[in-house]
Amino acid sequence: MAQPAQKENPSTAGLRPRDRLAIPPQPMPEQDPAARRRNFSEVALGYTAEQARQEATRCLRCRNKPCVAGCPVRIDIPAFIKAVAEGDCGAAIAVIKRNSLLPAICGRVCPQETQCQAPCTVGKSLKDTAKSVSIGRLERYVADLERARGIAPPPVKPDTGRRVAVVGSGPAGLVAAADVRREGHAVTIFEAFHKPGGVMVYGIPEFRLPKAIVQAEIDTLAAMGVELRTSFLVGRTRTLRDLMAKDGYEAVFVGAGAGLPRFMGVEGENLVGVLSANEYLTRVNLMGACNPVTADTPVMRSRRVAVVGGGNVAMDAARTAVRLGAESVHVVYRRTEAEMPARIEEVHHAHEEGVVFRLLQNPKRIVGGADGRVTGMECLRYRLGEPDRSGRPRPVAIEGSEFMLDVDTVIVAIGNAPNPLIKRTTAELKTNEWGGLLVDDKGMTSMPGVFAGGDIVLGSATVIEAMGQGRVAAAAINEYLEEKG
Amino acid sequence: MHRIVRKEQLSAEVFRLTVEAPLIAGERRPGQFIILQLGTYAERIPLTIADADPAAGNITLVFQVVGRTTHLLAELKEGDAIPVVLGPLGTPTHVAKYGTVAGVGGGIGAAPLYPIAQAMKRAGNRLIVVLGARRRELLILEDEMRTLADEMIVCTDDGSYGRKALVTGPLKELCARTPPPDLVVAIGPPVMMKFCAETTRPFGVRTVVSLNTIMVDGTGMCGGCRVTVGGETKFVCVDGPEFDGHKVDFDNMMSRLRSYREREEESHHKCHLALGIKEEE
Ligand SMILES: Cc1cc2nc3c(=O)[nH]c(=O)nc-3n(C[C@H](O)[C@H](O)[C@H](O)COP(=O)(O)OP(=O)(O)OC[C@H]3O[C@@H](n4cnc5c(N)ncnc54)[C@H](O)[C@@H]3O)c2cc1C
Ligand SMILES: Cc1cc2nc3c(=O)[nH]c(=O)nc-3n(C[C@H](O)[C@H](O)[C@H](O)COP(=O)(O)OP(=O)(O)OC[C@H]3O[C@@H](n4cnc5c(N)ncnc54)[C@H](O)[C@@H]3O)c2cc1C
Ligand code: SF4
Ligand code: SF4
Ligand code: FES
Repeated sequence: MAQPAQKENPSTAGLRPRDRLAIPPQPMPEQDPAARRRNFSEVALGYTAEQARQEATRCLRCRNKPCVAGCPVRIDIPAFIKAVAEGDCGAAIAVIKRNSLLPAICGRVCPQETQCQAPCTVGKSLKDTAKSVSIGRLERYVADLERARGIAPPPVKPDTGRRVAVVGSGPAGLVAAADVRREGHAVTIFEAFHKPGGVMVYGIPEFRLPKAIVQAEIDTLAAMGVELRTSFLVGRTRTLRDLMAKDGYEAVFVGAGAGLPRFMGVEGENLVGVLSANEYLTRVNLMGACNPVTADTPVMRSRRVAVVGGGNVAMDAARTAVRLGAESVHVVYRRTEAEMPARIEEVHHAHEEGVVFRLLQNPKRIVGGADGRVTGMECLRYRLGEPDRSGRPRPVAIEGSEFMLDVDTVIVAIGNAPNPLIKRTTAELKTNEWGGLLVDDKGMTSMPGVFAGGDIVLGSATVIEAMGQGRVAAAAINEYLEEKG
Repeated sequence: MHRIVRKEQLSAEVFRLTVEAPLIAGERRPGQFIILQLGTYAERIPLTIADADPAAGNITLVFQVVGRTTHLLAELKEGDAIPVVLGPLGTPTHVAKYGTVAGVGGGIGAAPLYPIAQAMKRAGNRLIVVLGARRRELLILEDEMRTLADEMIVCTDDGSYGRKALVTGPLKELCARTPPPDLVVAIGPPVMMKFCAETTRPFGVRTVVSLNTIMVDGTGMCGGCRVTVGGETKFVCVDGPEFDGHKVDFDNMMSRLRSYREREEESHHKCHLALGIKEEE
């Protein structure tokens, strides 16, 4: 760190909880909404050192640490926040990295309001989760400082001469690779795309997660000696079985993600102008279509866009459409904002950027002209009924409430299912009813030596959950190799 | 990096490249394709693996210059490298002994047809090949097909070579024979495949077509390649590229192929200018 480690400012060290609760939550500095509607740069700019210290001072250092239980990988939150308050970011990052390998990413994209920040005592005392300690922002602050200084690759044990294959370079694959490599095993990551990073690169847009941050993590892996083979589709370029039987990989981690877009099954879904959020976001993010000067891949030039869905994917697609110059962008969601699975911050940002929320509405069919292009989407209005199995109120269609939405583009963002290719080409692998690979509590699949984690197991989940599963499986792989001898 | 080992020009608009890709050469089966990319932000385009030599570690691609990427590809020389080649993709052709198989190739469709014809012949089928092109200079792979086929019919739209006919003409005659072919494999421009399917339908002759939709990833991730087959949505890159021609909604597929036309025509025009190629009316 630039500044030498120091003890906490004596004027705050002795603060009583009441004083800490009185410190106002630090707002995140952000790009102006009008300006950011026209660029792809990151929206949230990050805390200043002073803001970070102030925010860290709000933490009560609770004995029972309720926040830790809310974090899927159990970061020792009060310990790292105390280090931030003391200005010792080196110590803070060391605490975080015991549990999470991708803090710059998770600090930005974790749904904190439903995870670590949900049970925070400060939020509870102030009767507003939005006023909880901003754990994610502090995590991001610490990780950004570390990256600016240059991430030191973790130590790697001497080569064991054993080889492990990792399929997919999303968060699950990246951390599994790091943890296995640390034990001295040779690791090769196989990635279908020409660029590594998984959804963090092809799905989540630059304005939310700058690609340079993901690249820094990949550079660290390379510095550790992890081999990366892009444009390699396991199952087709080589079968999983051949990787093990012929190429000498003793164990495999499958982190192939949930790359199968769901469609709605309504009339008109294959018209020109209807596309999955995956396709839309891939064209813009991975293929760089937001810059037609440098990219060859085209993207729809849309005037009026409907995005169907209420999750992060829907918000990303809607906000991308705004940036590409659409005149109006409508998010069509069949429940209300309270039930939206998207991060609250993203919904808020979408509102600020002029996205129109059409709640309690859902498409019935998509209509097109003689040329096969979309001219509109017929929707039905809904009301909330009894809670369903997920505990959320069930949306009930109101009969006869049809109306036409005038749009030329429909982006379908109603979720993704696990990628079926590996399963299709590897008969030994067992899956659950949604197509997710079945694993035991150590992440081992029904095929000996083959482990899996992330969205290929969970369906669509989160970056931190994928990372957590990657770590569990990596530990199991290291153990498996040890026992195998 | 995949080095271009050999480059040949087969017709005014068609080139054949032999490219180093040892893993793909070893794994590929008839009916499969690759996706290539000429740079990090270059378009990903699908091309059928027209042939492969596993011993040498090479695959063969035959492509027609239609737009920006195929133009740039035609500019590459022997020894140059293609940065990204992903494959083999798609579900391989179902090769079996059907009896008599009629392969119909329209224009560039002869390229994807070739490996399938090869495999059908090897599986013990009697092979009839119908090759068609707009005019003589655009006919490709005639010699290669002749060495495979038990019977060969060549036609051109303008009569400049072979019979003056569309491929549907001889196809109809084949279907009217007793017995008719046990299987027809028709590959070419979408309109041609559509009319081939319409030609065989009344005769009840099974007809396989290979669809060339727009693709992005080629791995089943985006749904950009989707088509309607028998009322169901299918992804060409993983469920196909081959489907029952009698069930494909060709009109929908053709309108989807035009999705990005304005943008493509712009860049097509620009690269024609850059390459000094005169545009056809
Ligand atoms: C648009 C969008 C926004 C999101 N926003 C958030 C968010 O804000 N917060 C959050 O926590 N989560 C978010 N998520 C979810 C999160 O990104 C995923 O849960 C997470 O990336 C899953 O990680 P993974 O490693 O399992 O798979 P992925 O990130 O999907 O990576 C899988 C990789 O494997 C590759 N692959 C697949 N099959 C093969 C094969 N056969 N051979 C070789 N490679 C293969 C794929 O190309 C891909 O690169 C979002 C998802 C999307 C799509
Ligand atoms: C599975 C599969 C296998 C294929 N195999 C071959 C092959 O062996 N040889 C070959 O020459 N071509 C093949 N194609 C078609 C080839 O992919 C396209 O010609 C190519 O993508 C055009 O790229 P471009 O950048 O040069 O043209 P673009 O600028 O993208 O397009 C130029 C013109 O071609 C049309 N077009 C765009 N994409 C396609 C497409 N996929 N098919 C037909 N027209 C299109 C556009 O509407 C436009 O009018 C195959 C396609 C698929 C899906
Ligand atoms: S990893 Fe995510 S859930 Fe865990 S502390 Fe960090 S932001 Fe919170
Ligand atoms: S619950 Fe909140 S206040 Fe308590 S230790 Fe965790 S972050 Fe600090
Ligand atoms: S090309 Fe993306 S799913 Fe087929």
